[in-house]
Formats: sequence, C-alpha cells, structure tokens
Amino acid sequence: METEFTPWLSLGGGMMIGASAVLLMATNGRIAGISGLTAKIFTRSSDGEARGVSALFVLGLLLAAPLWLLVSGDWPQQWVPSSPVLMAVAGLLVGFGASYGNGCTSGHGVCGISRGSARSIVATVTFMATAFVTVFVMRHLIGA
Amino acid sequence: MKQIFALLSGLIFGIGLIVSGMANPAKVLNFLDVFGTWDPSLAFVMGGAIAVTAPGFALLFRNRQTPLFGNTFRVPTRNDLEPKLLTGAAIFGIGWGLGGFCPGPALTALPVAATGTLIFVPFMLAGMWAARHTPDISPNANKGAA
Repeated sequence: METEFTPWLSLGGGMMIGASAVLLMATNGRIAGISGLTAKIFTRSSDGEARGVSALFVLGLLLAAPLWLLVSGDWPQQWVPSSPVLMAVAGLLVGFGASYGNGCTSGHGVCGISRGSARSIVATVTFMATAFVTVFVMRHLIGA
Repeated sequence: MKQIFALLSGLIFGIGLIVSGMANPAKVLNFLDVFGTWDPSLAFVMGGAIAVTAPGFALLFRNRQTPLFGNTFRVPTRNDLEPKLLTGAAIFGIGWGLGGFCPGPALTALPVAATGTLIFVPFMLAGMWAARHTPDISPNANKGAA
C-alpha cells in the first residue's frame, strides 16, 4: 500500500516528539523512552514514584488519539497489518528486543542519539538494518 | 506538578506521532521498503525530533544540575557495547519490520482499536516481560543495566 510522502508534517510531528522528550527531562529528569517507561509500570521492584510518572506518560500517549478524534472528528488515518499470527510474532519480538536491548526508537533513536551515546547510535543502526532486511525479505523475496 | 508534566509529555509525544504519520504502520513499513513503495517521511520525523532534543538536552544539562521537580537527571552512563544490546536491537528491528509498529506508535494507536494493534500490544507486553526474565548470556554480564 502506498503512502504519501509528508515532509513538513513529519518534520513538525518529529519536533513535537523532541519537545516532549525535552519537557520530560526538564521536569522529571527522565528519558522519554517508551519501552523503558512501559516496562517500568509493570515492574514491582521500581519505586512508586517512577511507576506513577511512567504510567502517567503512557496514559498521555493513550489519550492522544481520542483527543485527535475529539478535535478533528476522525480517528488518525492508519492501515495496520491484519494477520493475527504476524502481529503476534511482531509484538513479541518488538517487546522482547526493546527490553533486552535497553531501548527502542524513542529511547535509543531519539534521546540516545541526541545525547551522542555510542550505545544508542549502534543500537539504532542495528535495528534499522534488521528492519530494512526484514521488509525486503517479506515484500520482495516472500512477497507477503 | 511533575505528574502533570509527565502526562502532558506523553500527550505531546502521542500527538507528535499522529501528526508525523508514525502512528500509521503503513508509513513506517514504506520507509523500510526502499526498493518498493518508499516513503522517506520517517527520516524527517527522526531529524525533527533530534533537531529539538539534542540542543534541548545540551542547554538543560549545561544550565541546570537538577530537573525542575526532582533530584537528579536519570541519564544512562554506560558506554560499552555488549552482545545483549546488539541482540536486543537486532530482534527489535525484525519485529518492527514485520508489524510496522514500535512501542510508542502501538500504544498511541491502541484506542483506534484496529485488530492488528489489539493483537500486537498484549504480545509486546509479554515480550517485555520475557526479556526481564531472560538471563544475560554475554561474558560481561552482571555489570548492571544502563
């Protein structure tokens, strides 16, 4: 399925993501890494304050689309792969990999690169590479 | 106060994902499909985000010792490249390329309730749980997490 190239909206939306990361660091002193914050909600050993802050950040994420619906009258436009097996496997790998590798697109890709962290730069290059290869295999070799 | 700003940060992050088109897995998968229906938008999202975060963090850390509502900036200090980091990132990338979702967009898209998202998110949480219960097999284990 083709999608329209949206340089300005994507740049603007990306800047909002950056503003969010700076705001969370300035007020709470925490990295806006979604996998880390999500995992923290479910980790009994993390302190209560960290869990609360993480839960509220994720609640904010969950409220974004309903707010969008309220203001624009429509849900955000999207197409989601519908194969249940594919999405189950994808979810498992994303959750496992992000937690095992200490970060995902936001923690490593945005916050880590912005700090000049060597670990995050290497992690981002690695997951970009395997993602490109995966899509190539799925779309051009298997033809799914 | 810090709780209000945590909620607000999450909301801004989610709106940013929607505006940028990243809550739509089709755009992510097309970014990764250079030899097919390529859509370079994701590069602009990353560029825009880093263009704000990098100077923002730099100014913050130069001018303040502590966050506005807290005692310390909790920033990872590790700089070693261990197998666990690379293994995790590689596995994460495969899942990202299969579904077009990473954790932020998946949670943002959850209320839209597409079937694929409703399946993806619980399995993602299960994967996170499994990772925490998987021992680190690398030789330099036991140095603590970043």
